[in-house]
Amino acid sequence: MIKKEFFLKGYKSILKADSPAIALGCCFIAIGALLKNIGFNINESVFSTMIIYALPGSLVMAESILVGASLLSIFISVWFVNVRLYPMAVSLFPLMMDEGQPKWKYYLSCHFIAVSAWLIMKSNYEQIEKKDRVDFWIGIGTATWSVSIAATILGFYLADYLNKDMLMGLAILNPIYFTCMMVGSMKSIKISLSIILGAILGPIFYFISPEWSILLGGLVAGTISYLIGKKEKINVN
Amino acid sequence: MSINIFLSIIVTSLATYSSRFLGVVSSVKVKETSKIFSWFNCIAYATLAALIARTIIFPAGILSEASYLSRFLVVFFSLSIFFLTKKNFVYPTILSAFMMAITNNFL
Repeated sequence: MIKKEFFLKGYKSILKADSPAIALGCCFIAIGALLKNIGFNINESVFSTMIIYALPGSLVMAESILVGASLLSIFISVWFVNVRLYPMAVSLFPLMMDEGQPKWKYYLSCHFIAVSAWLIMKSNYEQIEKKDRVDFWIGIGTATWSVSIAATILGFYLADYLNKDMLMGLAILNPIYFTCMMVGSMKSIKISLSIILGAILGPIFYFISPEWSILLGGLVAGTISYLIGKKEKINVN
Repeated sequence: MSINIFLSIIVTSLATYSSRFLGVVSSVKVKETSKIFSWFNCIAYATLAALIARTIIFPAGILSEASYLSRFLVVFFSLSIFFLTKKNFVYPTILSAFMMAITNNFL
């Protein structure tokens, strides 16, 4: 079963002074308000955050419902937007794979892969022994997930009181928080280059294909950075 | 719960979970010291940077109503505050909401 000590340690990581809980919460307040405005009731709003738990995916779903898109079209659009979760999983789960842990923990806890939880785990995993990391990860994921659900409820009920300026302010919080977190992660040539090139190539590829821009930008920028970083390492050695 | 909204949520959830699940399945054979792990790590960071840049430059939803200048000014000031406060994440994040609301009314 899940070790309480590591679960709680992970859960408490959102209580730190530089925790993403505030930014994450504000973004889901905006989502809660948006869902109410497009006609969701409280049950539907909470249910969607619980089982989707990915901001861009929820936004795409909301916009698609507004324009009356088909279910197939919603599936494809969301898949394109959220396929970035694949490299995030492959760059995170090998850090916590342990033969002593049951597989269900990995298959269930992959639902928590989202930018905030991923960045918290990436900055803290070295403090935890590999065999206990999945319990720590479940703690982090449960914490960010519960903040999102609580904020969606709050946003739903605050929707009538939020004006356009307030919603705009809430909407910018997440990109700014993640920008700062990414800049803070620039500790090696490979990662710094990945972030800078990704930020340049993502919007450039948008002119070629809006649907594929994030994935293509990430793939090209990440591969160039990996190759340059590898060459640099060989030269240093 | 209306059937259309319910099905839309289920479909969105399946599209999202599939990438997460496939990522975990692929992770079983990947060692953290391997070249492929390092390559995927670079791709993950680059993809996130691409996503954030796109959210700011070509936003969806209410942010698309704010001018380019106001969005860039907010990013610039937030990063300045981030460095001035010795890389504190909270100050620039909170202040960005106020800056966005203010600049949107004047720019």
